[in-house]
Amino acid sequence: MRHIISLLMENEAGALSRVAGLFSARGYNIESLTVAPTEDPTLSRMTIVTSGSEDVIEQIIKQLNKLIDVVKVLDLNDGKFIERELMLVKVKATGTFREEMKRMCDIFRGRIIDVADGSFTIELTGSGNKLDAFIESLDKTAILETVRTGASGIGRGDRILKV
Amino acid sequence: MADTAHPHQITGAEIVIRCLEQEKVKFIFGYPGGAVLHIYDAIYNQDHFKHILVRHEQAAVHAADAFSRATGEVGVALVTSGPGATNAITGIATAYMDSIPLVVISGQVPVPAIGLDAFQEVDMVGVTRPCVKHNFLVKDVKDIAITMKKAFHIARTGRPGPVVVDIPKDITAHFSEFIYPDTVEMRSYNPVTKGHSGQIKKAMKLLLEAKRPMVYTGGGVVLGDASVALVKLVKALGVPVTNTLMGLGGYPSTDKQFVGMLGMHGTYEANMAMQDCDVLLAVGARFDDRVIGNPDHFYSKDRIIIHVDIDPSSISKRVKVHVPIVGDVKSVLAEMNELVAAETPNQSPALKAWWAQIDAWRGKLCLNYDNSNGLIKPQYVVEKLWEVTKGEAYVTSDVGQHQMWAAQYYKFDQPRRWINSGGLGTMGVGLPYAMGVQFAHPNAQVACVTGEGSIQMNIQELSTCKQYHLPIKVILLNNRYLGMVRQWQEFFYENRYSESYMDSLPDFVKLAESYGHVGMQITKPEDVEGALKEAFDMKSRFVFMDFITDQKENVFPMIAAGKGLSEMIMSNNIGAEDL
Repeated sequence: MRHIISLLMENEAGALSRVAGLFSARGYNIESLTVAPTEDPTLSRMTIVTSGSEDVIEQIIKQLNKLIDVVKVLDLNDGKFIERELMLVKVKATGTFREEMKRMCDIFRGRIIDVADGSFTIELTGSGNKLDAFIESLDKTAILETVRTGASGIGRGDRILKV
Repeated sequence: MADTAHPHQITGAEIVIRCLEQEKVKFIFGYPGGAVLHIYDAIYNQDHFKHILVRHEQAAVHAADAFSRATGEVGVALVTSGPGATNAITGIATAYMDSIPLVVISGQVPVPAIGLDAFQEVDMVGVTRPCVKHNFLVKDVKDIAITMKKAFHIARTGRPGPVVVDIPKDITAHFSEFIYPDTVEMRSYNPVTKGHSGQIKKAMKLLLEAKRPMVYTGGGVVLGDASVALVKLVKALGVPVTNTLMGLGGYPSTDKQFVGMLGMHGTYEANMAMQDCDVLLAVGARFDDRVIGNPDHFYSKDRIIIHVDIDPSSISKRVKVHVPIVGDVKSVLAEMNELVAAETPNQSPALKAWWAQIDAWRGKLCLNYDNSNGLIKPQYVVEKLWEVTKGEAYVTSDVGQHQMWAAQYYKFDQPRRWINSGGLGTMGVGLPYAMGVQFAHPNAQVACVTGEGSIQMNIQELSTCKQYHLPIKVILLNNRYLGMVRQWQEFFYENRYSESYMDSLPDFVKLAESYGHVGMQITKPEDVEGALKEAFDMKSRFVFMDFITDQKENVFPMIAAGKGLSEMIMSNNIGAEDL
């Protein structure tokens, strides 16, 4: 099953490689991984999307907690949560495509953030499924380039991950 | 940072030394080189600890590891950058797999040279990451003291393990004040100590009501100094107990409640009792593949499992556990003892019947071997070693058949006496392990049980033993084969002995003598006991004993890889109808 794990870790050189190394050494899946410093610059927050049986997920949580630099770990799937991912898509925007792209972008509530002679760059935020759906709905030949951040997640309401 | 000294300022190298002094380190094992020259210069000018010069960095880490295993203190090794650091890796990984607290200080190229493929540069933090509890690269002289404090703290607390501190050469020349913190607080590292009282009560109720209770303990009892508490609990409960390879000595082997070691080469009675028990108490052990074999086969019988371990990730890793108790084993066992004292010991008919069953299994005499063909049997040498040393020696071993025979036939009655590489299974540890133990206990009898394959993997340390006058006794069980490899090839590869014959062996007697030691070769069974006595009577000498043993001998019982606990291959000396 797909799980989305949030963790807070010391914002130190090499901390990311400890997490990435753990996943590769123990053969765990990483679907996506995002990381950036928090409002407290000594801490980084990471969101990892992984998949595995309940036993594997339990081991992943335990092994993450065991890393010395990791301060707190939360399996967002243990409660209600929100996840969002950002995608930038550069699409062909020539002739009839130009209007078509504008319309698709509006339907998915994306924004065109760069306009060039032959192309648009569209910014789209949402769940991974929504981003997938957008890609699916485009004419494949129109897609010039895509880049996705991977999911970031946060618990709903009172579920707070903080030191 | 400053390049010239102000009052009260000392160099980074001197700070490293002062940290070791503050940690009351008595020995460090190391090998000098370019990146650690400042540190070696500071060592030259101090007398708080002794530096032991090994002949290969791998041996430095193994010796520090064994020093820790024999004493419970943190072992310390010092190596230079690049090849010095990579040579240390096998030692670090060995300690990591067996949860041994170490601080390994490695030199690094100067900070401005890092990443430029400098001479003798290797990314030590990157290379060791998968085999350390934690590691540090120190990039400012002001951080040395706090980093060293953290390194020792992390190494010795929680589930212990090796910590690497990588220090660039320029940092050891910079000046700073030395302030060693008394304590260290880390928001990201707070290992649990006390177990959950509710879970402990539940566990005790299950154990007291069990019909076929069993206790299985591992290295955690030895490392956690919980042996006394374990003995008290097992005695009070009146239950059978087994130890893993790493746990030997945690419970006295000569006690009648001890059913022997379990696992791939465990006793028949220990493995059968593990499989057939209805309530299993596992303490400081991790149900690894060499211990319970195939987990599916283990699941084929119903039993309730109580698992006490300081590392939450060891619980329900290979085997699903019903009553997990995360905590320091010594503290949890003490709490269990308080509860059992309040209860009447279990004297139920069911327990009596369980013991009758265990005695029947014992009746198989699974460790019997044929000692009549006129050749020296390796098992016989270990039995005589036990007699001659009155069971009180520190015994180190390498890895292979001799390791299993030492574990099966030397009856360890005390913890920290049996020093071997259980997890990583590192050939070559035996001699450096014996060195570390002998430094820790200069007056103790130290025997290194080894094979002609393993001993050659760190044979250069014979020189270190000479330099420091270490009176180790090497018990070489020389069968001219990589015995365990040969055994598997006999059983599973139709006797195709691919590359397992040890050709062109040195004359070990002459070799020992060339290093200034005493060498002996023993070829007849009737000479074994006398030779051992003669060797151990030479209290101040290193004696290398080359026992020419039966080449065909195999280790029994044996559970083939992937098989279950009750699917043992027994010695040919037990009739097939008994299986």
